[in-house]
Order: sequence, then structure tokens, then C-alpha cells
Amino acid sequence: MALKMVKGSIDRMFDKNLQDLVRGIRNHKEDEAKYISQCIDEIKQELKQDNIAVKANAVCKLTYLQMLGYDISWAAFNIIEVMSASKFTFKRIGYLAASQCFHEGTDVIMLTTNQIRKDLSSPSQYDTGVALTGLSCFVTPDLARDLANDIMTLMSHTKPYIRKKAVLIMYKVFLKYPESLRPAFPRLKEKLEDPDPGVQSAAVNVICELARRNPKNYLSLAPLFFKLMTSSTNNWVLIKIIKLFGALTPLEPRLGKKLIEPLTNLIHSHLGSLGARMRLVLPAPRSSGSGCRPGLALCVQAPKPVRALKYLGLLAMSKILRTHPKSVQAHKDLVLQCLDDKDESIRLRALDLLYGMVSKKNLVEIVKKLMSHVDKAEGTTYRDELLTKIIDICSQCNYQHITNFQWYISVLVELTRLEGTRHGHLIAAQMLDVAIRVKAIRKFAVSQMSALLDSAHLVASSTQRNGICEVLYAAAWICGEFSEHLQEPHQTLEAMLRPKVTTLPGHIQAVYVQNVVKLYASILQQKEQAAEPEAAQDVTQLMVDRLPQFVQSADLEVQERASCILQLVKHIQKLQAKDVPVAEEVSALFAGELNPVAPKAQKKVPVPEGLDLDAWINEPPSDSESEDEKPKAIFHEEEPRPAKPRQPEADEEELARRREARKQEQANNPFYIKSSPSPQKRYQDMPGVEHIPVVQIDLSVPLKVPGKYLLEKDRKKKKKKDKEKKGKPRRHSSLHTESDEDIAPAQQVDIVTEEMPENALPSDEDDKDPNDPYRALDIDLDKPLADSEKLPVQKHRNTDTSKSPEKEDVPIVEKKVKKPKKKEKKHREKEREKREKGKEQKEVRPRLFPATWGLPLRLPCHVCSSAWLTGPASQATCLLSRPSLCHSLQGTTGRKSLTVNPDLVGLFQKSSKHRKKKHKKEKEERSKDKKKSKKKKPPSDEAAEPVENGALDEDPLPVRGTSLASHGPETYDIQGSLQKDSQVTVSVVLENQSSSFLKSMELNVLDSLNTKLARPEGSSVHDGVPVPFQLPPGISNEAQFVFTIQSIVMAQKLKGTLSFIAKNDEGSTHEKLDFKLHFSCTSYLVTTPCYSDAFAKLLESGDLSMSSIKVDGISMSFQNLLAKICFHHHFSGKRWGVALNACAVGEKSVSVDGKCSDSTLLSNVLEEMRATLAKC
Amino acid sequence: MQFMLLFSRQGKLRLQKWYVPLSDKEKKKITRELVQTVLARKPKMCSFLEWRDLKIVYKRYASLYFCCAIEDQDNELITLEIIHRYVELLDKYFGSVCELDIIFNFEKAYFILDEFLLGGEVQETSKKNVLKAIEQADLLQEVKKVIFKNKSFVT
Repeated sequence: MALKMVKGSIDRMFDKNLQDLVRGIRNHKEDEAKYISQCIDEIKQELKQDNIAVKANAVCKLTYLQMLGYDISWAAFNIIEVMSASKFTFKRIGYLAASQCFHEGTDVIMLTTNQIRKDLSSPSQYDTGVALTGLSCFVTPDLARDLANDIMTLMSHTKPYIRKKAVLIMYKVFLKYPESLRPAFPRLKEKLEDPDPGVQSAAVNVICELARRNPKNYLSLAPLFFKLMTSSTNNWVLIKIIKLFGALTPLEPRLGKKLIEPLTNLIHSHLGSLGARMRLVLPAPRSSGSGCRPGLALCVQAPKPVRALKYLGLLAMSKILRTHPKSVQAHKDLVLQCLDDKDESIRLRALDLLYGMVSKKNLVEIVKKLMSHVDKAEGTTYRDELLTKIIDICSQCNYQHITNFQWYISVLVELTRLEGTRHGHLIAAQMLDVAIRVKAIRKFAVSQMSALLDSAHLVASSTQRNGICEVLYAAAWICGEFSEHLQEPHQTLEAMLRPKVTTLPGHIQAVYVQNVVKLYASILQQKEQAAEPEAAQDVTQLMVDRLPQFVQSADLEVQERASCILQLVKHIQKLQAKDVPVAEEVSALFAGELNPVAPKAQKKVPVPEGLDLDAWINEPPSDSESEDEKPKAIFHEEEPRPAKPRQPEADEEELARRREARKQEQANNPFYIKSSPSPQKRYQDMPGVEHIPVVQIDLSVPLKVPGKYLLEKDRKKKKKKDKEKKGKPRRHSSLHTESDEDIAPAQQVDIVTEEMPENALPSDEDDKDPNDPYRALDIDLDKPLADSEKLPVQKHRNTDTSKSPEKEDVPIVEKKVKKPKKKEKKHREKEREKREKGKEQKEVRPRLFPATWGLPLRLPCHVCSSAWLTGPASQATCLLSRPSLCHSLQGTTGRKSLTVNPDLVGLFQKSSKHRKKKHKKEKEERSKDKKKSKKKKPPSDEAAEPVENGALDEDPLPVRGTSLASHGPETYDIQGSLQKDSQVTVSVVLENQSSSFLKSMELNVLDSLNTKLARPEGSSVHDGVPVPFQLPPGISNEAQFVFTIQSIVMAQKLKGTLSFIAKNDEGSTHEKLDFKLHFSCTSYLVTTPCYSDAFAKLLESGDLSMSSIKVDGISMSFQNLLAKICFHHHFSGKRWGVALNACAVGEKSVSVDGKCSDSTLLSNVLEEMRATLAKC
Repeated sequence: MQFMLLFSRQGKLRLQKWYVPLSDKEKKKITRELVQTVLARKPKMCSFLEWRDLKIVYKRYASLYFCCAIEDQDNELITLEIIHRYVELLDKYFGSVCELDIIFNFEKAYFILDEFLLGGEVQETSKKNVLKAIEQADLLQEVKKVIFKNKSFVT
């Protein structure tokens, strides 16, 4: 052994440490990759060694390599090994590596659960701290669920250092496991008033982040935060609080008013640095009316001096813009200047601002400016950004600001000259939209589009896919659809039939083919009306000549349409040869209007009454089809698009009839809404499409110079009209007023609204992003906590992983159990006789265990037993374990062994309070008739049951009932009593069942050599420990007493007395109550997770003494038995550990084998087990 | 805060801390992209840039760029302040820190960061407390190291 150590350390001296590695990498600049792969090989060797120091060093180097971009996921298991090192030095490195390279996909992460839990409860605050820090980086939903309760406990740790970290990490836990939010919130709230500023600021941080997602839950905290804001001097905290208020004010308008004063004070008290002020202003609640005015003034100054502030100034302006557009619009020039800035961030911000700043009046100017930037801009990304912004600005609010659509079309055409843009489709969509919806502009649009088609070679040659050639799609469609407006249709037709067209993308060609026919139809009609049959035949000939080029297209759509149309044209040619007039019939193919359909129209079609979309139409044929796929496939039709070619079948009459009917319906439909970029601006009260009133503006109005108030009012009215009516600007009154009032339309323009289905329901649910990771945090925190929401603690029921703790079935069972228990409790207490206990116990238990434990335990028990029966050879040695262990068994697959170590791990869990209360209430009801005051102390056998972490098991607790709630060694508790060798906390629930008021309660125990009650300093052995509360009638409370244990080898029985003063109407009496405490050996044992190999080694090592018992005459089923044993005792390995195995021998007997380093302990434990078993 | 990166003027990554779990591949991609974008910016430009749906706040100290990614609603200036505070902490700990300190003691740099930030949120605003915590943890480490060394050479 020693030799090995020496060898290890000598090896180590030759190993590279991190510094050597870094130096090496720097020295091998040319062949870095080769050097590193060599290093990785060395590291792999090092990882194979037993020496943890070598391993830690290797992991440290790996962490460095990971940063350089090398994959180290293969070493994940080694990292966990280093994490579990007992020395802080290594643990620190292990957690660092884990936090750097673990992510949700890392499969070994689930192995860390128990290790982390152990570290969280470590006595050293730095161990805990390092575990929390690491966990914050790689917490997964599973880890969050399993550890939420542990972390919550740490939130009340004695050390602020730990509290602080625990509070912060809770936010991560909430994100991953939203169910934990409600149970943890009260404690989080407490932390807002923590004496330590660090903890306080952490709590503020967490609540602030939470409030961003669902502010209304946190409204009730506003007064508290208000107090904090006015009292705190920590800027960091202040900023967070202000941010929080920013989220809250929209919900509570009064808050805004209240905030103005302190905010202004804050802003003024930070006059020293503009930066600080900005920081405060930025998140300031915008809705607080005048509150932001001073802020605004600052922001405006800001863009001048420093660049960072320039950016922030613009940012702040864009925020203020939403509520106070007018004050920002005054700074238009400044913003336009920012467009010339070299810094892209600033330019982008300025662009954003422009979006909100445009008005009818300055739109042309701003767009002109932007267009000039488009030309200058280098870099396609920025240019694309500019392009989209131009389109956004112009099209916002349903073209609200555009007074002259001719100008807009020219702008769009201009934009097509942009090279290398990715937004061709955007321009195309705009062209189509405008041409379809603005009837008055069609003539102009068609002329522009035909010009575009004519010069198509310019557009098409310069770009590839998805580029600017997309506009040809729009151009072709517009020219075809509105061909009656074409000046020289023949020329356009030729342009569209050029051979070059076949180089365009398929979908554009298809549109070309379709629209060529439209064009052709209108030419035919023209020629026939003009009585020029030759000309008409020439056109037909042209078609017949040129169409075959499309028939040869590789694109199916193009091919199909072309061949179809070619046949049609050939037929027409034949008819023409016979001098039959065909124009009427051909143009009938394309008669009727296409109305724009709102993008969300399909979604808004209301489900007709009596139609259940989820019902099966036919029974599902097989399981393979998913349920929701089916209805979707049937009912989800593609949305019609304006550009979609019409079906030629519908004849004109039919179309006209339908149109009429639709108009009728729309006119009568109050829900007929139109879509617009802003959902809130829907025309809910407007009549149908064609009936939008085109209001004539009384020209005398703008000539007046309206007063400010009037102006404001008028603008509001005007806004409505704007959307319906556009026209060329008339600037006759522009000198008088800054408002839009002066712009009156000379030419009336309809903007046709997009169609929506009849009865469409106005809905805004589509605003919510289903993928929002924070959506889950939208939890109502005001509802009382339900039973089912408690945080999962480590217990057997968690074996059904992946679900939140389900407890639905438990209460029923429990009630049943409680009843007998209670009765006999009272019975016993009345007599205050200890000798009866044994009997009663017998009565209780059989009923108790099967009911509470039998069922849920079946699965884990089965695992245990089967694992055991396969024999010890499979290194999975099965432990007869407590339910909680069974859970861990399943959690760490393949690791079926667990050890229990009394002084390394203490699991401390607070039992659920309200559960107890509930229980007590029931009890009180039943005990109304009881007059005598009673105190219950655990009778000896009773004490045998609870094991140290008995508080863990919520279920058995109430069952055990009134007296001893928990009892066991504890390393550190909430009060932070540092773990001394062995301490045991006994929780006693005291309930006053009398009508007297009880006070001055004192508990005293006759100490034995081994077990001593921990008394306050300075008091003698004979003094009692006062109970820190008084008990009014009918109230119960839990007191905890700490005992120091010298040796756990022997079971202990302690006698004790509880003295108290009972006060009632007749006066007060001093009374006493005797009780006995029984500390069984098994109750000292604590679970320790342990790897199977380590455990196997331990078992094989032979330095454990062994013994076994066999009990006959067992009538219970093995599962129940195991459950029972699990419940009574639990076992440990290592040090004083005990390893126990139980196996069923024959039908009616059970044998239990145990191994332990201390034979006395073992024999005692076995003896206790035998006693338990004998009772079965 | 979503993540923090430290890289040199040559584009070499010196430290990375991710507060959102991402796969290595994504991390690498993001890092590469960001390092390029940030290095391309001129010194006089402002410290913020919008990138994907995040905001990047960066600042250059000597040859090192400190670069943080924050969400849209987060405050940029406080992020700058965080960066500065971290640099101050490094400076205090190493005593006028330079790039080499961070290269050779990268784990220490991480430890300091971990004491300062947790899960992307400021954990401790007091410089003194952060350094105290680090020093104590280091002390713990040293003691153990010494013991360990003694053991390994004595036995």
C-alpha cells in the first residue's frame, strides 16, 4: 500500500500539471493539434490511475482543453469521480469541469444526484457552495426535481454565504421544475427581509426575474419593494427593484404615481454620473406618466457625448416612444444623424426609432434618406436590414402613413435594383398587396410592372434563388390580373414569352404561364372589339409558337400548366380559323375579383355548432397514427393566397352570386374584422369590404389653425379615417401646423381590407409563443398550496420518476390507518401505563403497514428481492433498505447497493406542516369529550419506529401520531448546530387536549452515560429544557430536543418528565407527565449512497463481522414484510456501517444476514429486527 | 445573463462561462461567430450589439475582450458594470492582472467568477466579500494540499 502511494507520488512529479500543459501548448504553436492529442493520451493514462490527485490534475487539464474547443465528453465519468472526492481541492476542480462541460444531454448527469445532495448537506460551507455553483450551470429538470427540497432547506442555512447561493439557484430550479415555485415561494419571500444584504439582493434578483414573466403574482410584494427601494443604498439592488416595478406598474396604475417621487429623487441623487442615471432611467416604468419626463430629457442629451450612451439614449427613446411619441418625434434630426454613424449597433437602433417616428408628413423624407443609405451601405446584412425597415415603415398600421401610393410603388421598384438582397419576396409581397388592395393605384402599378417585366433581364441576370427575381412573380401576376390597365399589352405579352424566362425559378415561371393566358384573353377581347381578327390570330400564333418552351420545363407545375394552356390556345386557334368570336369565353375564364384574405383567416373560422373536431370520423385504423394528426389532415386546408390562380370552372354568374352573398353576410356581421399589422386595431365595427365609407375631408377644416386640444382630438379621429382613405398630399396648410391635418387626399384611394371568415372570433391567443421557456413559470402563487404540490423529498414514491409527487391515493389510506391508532393512543394516555404498550403496538402495526406501505412499495421491494436472489455474484448486492433507498436504487440504474453512514450524511427534512395540522384537526374532533389534559410522550416501543430521517416520510409521521415525530442523528439542522460526533434530534409534538392553558413547560430527561440531553449552557443535569412555546387548549406544536450520543452500538431507554402549569378558570395547577424514550440502534443509522463496486469491495473485505437471524412463522407476504422492515430500521455500510440482506426462506420464514464492523451493533440491530419480525 | 466569454485580440478563447446549458457544438458555433463579430468592431464603437435575439455587451481591457450575452430586457449598463467589477476582482486577486495570469490560473479566474455571479445573476456585490470567500476557499485548499503532500512523501 505504502509503496504504491510513493510510486504514485513519484509518478505525479513527472506528470504535467496545468501550467506545464499551458506552457507546452504555447511552445508548440506550429503543431498544436498534435501536441494536444499527445497530451490527451497522457491524460487518459492518468485518469486510469487510482490516485485521486492525479485524476483531479488530469481533469483540470481537460477543462482547459475543453475551453480550447476539444471534446472532453468522454471523460464525464471521471469528472464525476473527481467531484465526489472528499478533499475540497479536488471537489472544486471536479465541479468546475462539470459546470463547464455538462449539459442536458450528458447522460451521466443523473449519477450526480446523490453526490450533489451529499455535498449540499456537507458541514463545510465551501463544499456546499461549490456544489451549488456547479449545479447552477448544469441543472436539469430531473436534478431540479430531486434536489429542489434540499436547496430549499439551504435557503434557511445559518451561513449567509450558503443562503445567498441557494436563493439564487432557486431561480434556475424554478425554470427547470416550475412545480417547485409555489412551495418555495413563501420562503423566498422571507428572504427579502433577510438580515444579510447579499441574501436580500439575491432574493430581489430572483423575484425580479420571476416577475418579468408573470408580474401579477408579485403585485402583493410591491409595498415591500417600495420600502426596500427607499431604504436600500445598494445600487445593484435598486436597479433590480426599479426593473421589477417596471414590470408591475402596467398592472397597477396607482403604483406609477407613487413611484414618481422616489424615482425622481433617485435620479437626482445620482447626478454625479450620467451613466448611473441612465441606468436608472432605462428600466424605469414607462407608464408612470410624468415620471419619465426628466428621464427623457437626459436621454436626449445622451446621444452627444459617449458612444455607449448614444446607444442607450436611442434605446431609451424607443421605449419612451411607445407612450410619448410626440416628445421623441421632436428629435427626428438627431436620430437621422445617427443613421450616419459608423457603428452598426447605433444605426440599427436609430432605424428602429424611425419606425415609430414616421408620420404622413415626414415619411417621404425619411424614406428618401433611407434609400440614400441603401445605396451607400456596404455589407449585405445592413442593407437588407435597411430594406426591411423601409418596407416596415411604409406598411406599418395598414399603410397608415402613405398618402401617395404611386410614390410607394416607385420606391418598391427602386428597391428592386438592389443587388444581392435576400428580401425579394418581401418586395414582391408588398407589390401584390398594394396592387390588390388599392384599386386606384392599379393603373400605375401595372405600367410600372410591365416596365419591370420588360427589363426583366436586368433583374433576373443579377440574382439567384430567393433573390430579387422574386419581384417578377409579383410583376407578372399584376400585369396579368389587371391587364385591362395595360397600355401596350402586346409588348408585355412578348416580354413574358421571351426564351430567357425559362431560366427563372419554377414557381415564377408557373405564374408567368398562367398570366400569359390572362393577358392573352384581354388582348383577344380588345382585338375583337376593334374588329381586327388578323391581329387576334397573330397573337394566338405567337402563343402557339412560344408556349412549347414552357412545356419542356423541368418544373412539373410549369409543365402541366403550359401543356394545358397550349391545348386551349390551339383550340382557340381552330375556332378563330372558323371566324368564331372566342374572346368572351376566354376572358370568362378569368372573370371576377380576387379579394385579399387575411393571414389568420383560416384559423379564425369558427367551428360550426355540433361539429366536434376531436371526434373520430372513422375508428382509427391502427395505433401507429397519432391522434391529432388525423383531424388536422382532414380539416387543415391551405390558406388561399391572393396570387393563387383561379379555378376556371366558376362562371361569372356563380361568382357574382357568391360575391353578393358574401358581401351581404359581411355587412351584417359585427365580427367581420380585418387584419392589420397591429392586432388591436381591428375594424370591429366597420361594415364589409366594399362598404368602407370614403369620407370626404372638409377642406375648410385644415385651413384653420386648431388649438392644441382640438388638434389632439382631431388626430384621433383622423387616424381612423387614414386607414380608409389615402390621397396625394396637399400642403396648403403645412406652414401652420405640424400635424397631419394638412394632408388631404386629392385622389381617393380605397385600401381594401383583407377578408376574414364569417363569424370570425376576435382572438389574441396567437400572441403567445408556445415555445417560451418561461411560460411554465406563469403560476398563480396566491392559491393555497395543495397537497399534491409539495416538493418531492427523497422517498420511495419517487420511484415512479418523471412525475411530480403524486399523493392522491394516500390520504384515504391514511385516514383508515389513523383511526385505530388514535383510539388506542388516547386509551393509553388515559391510563398512562406503559405496560400495555406492547399489546397496542401489535394491534396497530399489522394494519398500519400494509395500508401505508404495502402498495406503493411493491415495486421497489420486488426489485430488491429479485436482485438479492440472483445472488451476490452480480455485484449488485441488494440491501434490505428503507423505502427511500429503494428509490435511489431505481434512480441509479444498475447500482443496487447502498450504504448508510451515520456521521457523514444526515438527511434533514422538514416534515410537511400543514399535513400534520390536518391530521390534528381530525384528532381534535374525536377527542372533544376528553377533559383531562394530556401530554403524550413516546412510549418506548413507539420510539423504535421513527428513524433518524423519519421526518422524511411524511406518511408514517401522522400515523405515528401525536407524540414522537422524528428522532435521529442530525449533522446540521436549520439552526446550524454543527455536527458533532453524533447528535440526535427528537421532535416532540405536544398537543393540548384539555381546556386549560398550558405554560412554562419543561422537559427533563434522566441522562444515561451514553445519551445526554443537550441543555443550555450553564444549566445542571437536573434542570429541564424549557419548551419554547405555550399551548392554548386544542393547539399542538412541535418541539425539538437534541441529544448527544456517545455510542450507537447499544439501544437506549431514557426516562423523562414533562412538567407544566395548567391554567384554567379555577386557577392554575402544576402537573407532571412521565414518559420514556427509546433509542433503538437502527434509528441511528443514516443512508449513504455508495457505488456498487465500492460496496461490493466493502462486503468482500472480510473485516466485517457477520451474523444472521432466522425467524419462522411469518404469515405476511414478503413484500409487506420487506416494507415493514424498511420502515422500522435501516442499515448502513462503512465505518460502523451495517449491511443487511434479507431473503425469504421457505414460505413462512425469513432470514436476515448482516455484516457490520461492530459485532455488538450488529447483534443489537438484528435483535431489534427479530423483535419486529416476531410481531408479524 | 446567458453566458460570458473572455477572448484575446487574436481571437483565442481565454474563459467561457455558460449559464444556459448548450451542447458543445452550439457553444463552439456561438463563440466563433461572436469572436469574429466583436473583433471586427472598431475601438470607438459602442459596447453593445444586437446578435440574434440577444444583446452582446463587451468591453476591452488591454488585450482581452470581456463579452457577455444578455436578454433583451436586461440592462446593458449594469452588465458593463458587472464586467468591470469582475475585472476589478481579478485585478485585486492577482495583483494587476494580465492575460497570462488568466491563462495560467484559469481555474482561479473561474472560481472568482463563480463567487461573483451565480446562474447568470449577481451573487455578491461586495468586492470584499467575494475576495474573502475566495481566500478562505483557497486556504482550505492549501491546507489540504499541504497535508496531502506531507502524506504522500512521508508514507
